[in-house]
Amino acid sequence: MTRAVITHGPRRDAAAVVPDIDMTTWLASLELPSPVLTASGCAAAGRELDQFFDVTAIGAIVTKSIMLNPRSGRATPRMAETPSGMLNSIGLQGPGIDAFLDKDLEWLRARGARAVVSIAGGSVDEYTRLASKLRHVTDIAAIEVNISCPNVEDRGQVFACDPVSAAEVITAVRRNTNPGIPVLAKLSPDVTDIVEIARAVVGAGADGLSMINTLLGMVIDTDTMRPALAGVTGGLSGPAIRPVAVRCVYQVHAAMPEVPILGMGGIRTGLDALEFILAGASAVSVGTVTFNDPSAPLRVARELAIALAERGFESVEEAVGFAHRRPDPVPSAGGPVVDHDHAVDTESADAVVEAGAEG
Amino acid sequence: MTMTVQSKSGAIQVTGEVIGQRKAGDYHVLTLTAAGIPELAKPGHFVALSVGGPNSSMLLRRAFSIYSVQSRGVYGGTLEIVFAAHGKGTEWLAKLHRHDQVDIVGPLGRPFALPKEPVPCVLVAGGYGSAPMFSLADALRARGCRVDVVLGASTEAKLFGVLDAKRIAASLTLTTDDGSVGEKGRVTDALPAVLKRTDADVVYACGPMAMLKSVAAVAAEHGAYSQCAVEEAMACGIGVCMTCVLPVIGDDGVTRMLRSCVDGPVFRGDRVRWDEVGTIPEGTLGAPASGGH
Repeated sequence: MTRAVITHGPRRDAAAVVPDIDMTTWLASLELPSPVLTASGCAAAGRELDQFFDVTAIGAIVTKSIMLNPRSGRATPRMAETPSGMLNSIGLQGPGIDAFLDKDLEWLRARGARAVVSIAGGSVDEYTRLASKLRHVTDIAAIEVNISCPNVEDRGQVFACDPVSAAEVITAVRRNTNPGIPVLAKLSPDVTDIVEIARAVVGAGADGLSMINTLLGMVIDTDTMRPALAGVTGGLSGPAIRPVAVRCVYQVHAAMPEVPILGMGGIRTGLDALEFILAGASAVSVGTVTFNDPSAPLRVARELAIALAERGFESVEEAVGFAHRRPDPVPSAGGPVVDHDHAVDTESADAVVEAGAEG
Repeated sequence: MTMTVQSKSGAIQVTGEVIGQRKAGDYHVLTLTAAGIPELAKPGHFVALSVGGPNSSMLLRRAFSIYSVQSRGVYGGTLEIVFAAHGKGTEWLAKLHRHDQVDIVGPLGRPFALPKEPVPCVLVAGGYGSAPMFSLADALRARGCRVDVVLGASTEAKLFGVLDAKRIAASLTLTTDDGSVGEKGRVTDALPAVLKRTDADVVYACGPMAMLKSVAAVAAEHGAYSQCAVEEAMACGIGVCMTCVLPVIGDDGVTRMLRSCVDGPVFRGDRVRWDEVGTIPEGTLGAPASGGH
């Protein structure tokens, strides 16, 4: 296989010089040499992306969610482009856990890449059996539990949307897998209170949180005047959802600062990754943007190092949750504290009154 | 007859520069530098271009068959693609000027399989689906194959490469739905006579799904082997997103949902379940049990 030859376009020149920043980070007991990972479902099992960048050079490959049995996925069309994003309804097409372990994980192991294995199930029992299959598998960096799946035993209610079901899945996975391997619960943003779900899964034994999964969305094709996706609804991803993701990470980190977070949702550049880290993520996943730029994970890592250096950080660790620090002291000591959000410009307020009076 | 399926050699990502752009009927032909790709490209390969510039709100790459490549020349390696400006992404491409930059990934996909023996071949294409056929014809002729070409479109302005085809083909048949040029009708109306006359062993086709389905059926009736390049909607083009799948029967007789970007775009016509494209046919590996949830 030919290694990617990257010619120097304008986006890559900016990242030519990488400053000396300690990029080491931790997700619970897992130490990673880089805080940038791929995102589940956006990197397959790493092999295709290895044409474009060295997959051992990033934090880890997060593999596409694997289920117990082979899955055909849903009918096509499975995707629709949306402003700064896309909608997908793949239906977790995959070879099943046994073929995954024999072929995909074996390839990652032989290649020397760190693998975060994402698992998905339709019942607590399926998650239990998946976790048991992974119990004695060596060379897994972490398990990410995709709980944004309908629970076939609860009228299709999505596990991630109910704190009790979410906790049941995590308890089952944690009990049945190697205690030395971190279990990350991947949370859905489609909930009223993401902190409540986060507390439930951490209480059930999750060592860390991956957030966020896609948002449920829909596109109607105005030519056919029918839903654009065969699956009718789909998961929205890409830069369009980034502010939602940053908000979720910020809220959960504020509530549980000790819980490691793998942040994701529309990361395109190093500055985007920095937002997540400042909000409280210890590492980030680059997902949908990889479809646009297959070398994005490595590029984002370089850009992040530069962004950290420009802000005077010497390590990623120092920047985690930095946006939560106490307010900066007001420079003019003794002067009034100005609340910029609520400050009223009296002159313009008067002007509005006058204009209104004349009208 | 033995067919050589060429192995996938790996793709690269390069920043290309626009050398020029010209109109060809209703289509645009874009010439780009693409250092390293021409040397790797084989007939049937495609490239995936990012559209809208580095901060584009259009994230998905647009996939195009490679029309022609030039490994050496004043600009180094260059390639040409053909497209219709019918969406926001292709409209952006149509407005590119000389020296503008485009991010290119390629060569992608599995190219056309070529016969080992110098057998007669018929190349069939609809609209700008003809783009990959000219380099294929050159490769076939280099092996001593007789090449006959059938090009069809709705109307004359939507035919692409008629002059190229005249240069390379032993015979050229044109069809248009409106009869503006050539025979009035579809390529598949003209194909049986061409197959009978040439006694072709292999039919190569590229165009819309419905056309490929008919071509595969006509080829099978005449005992010819068919190689069909599909045009499926793709998000990544490199095999990671799983959006461009279609049901294909494997050597073991099992139907799988295969990715047209890495397992295709060229498939054996007798292996694609054409009538069920867009669905998960019953019996597909991993299909939901019927009557289940």
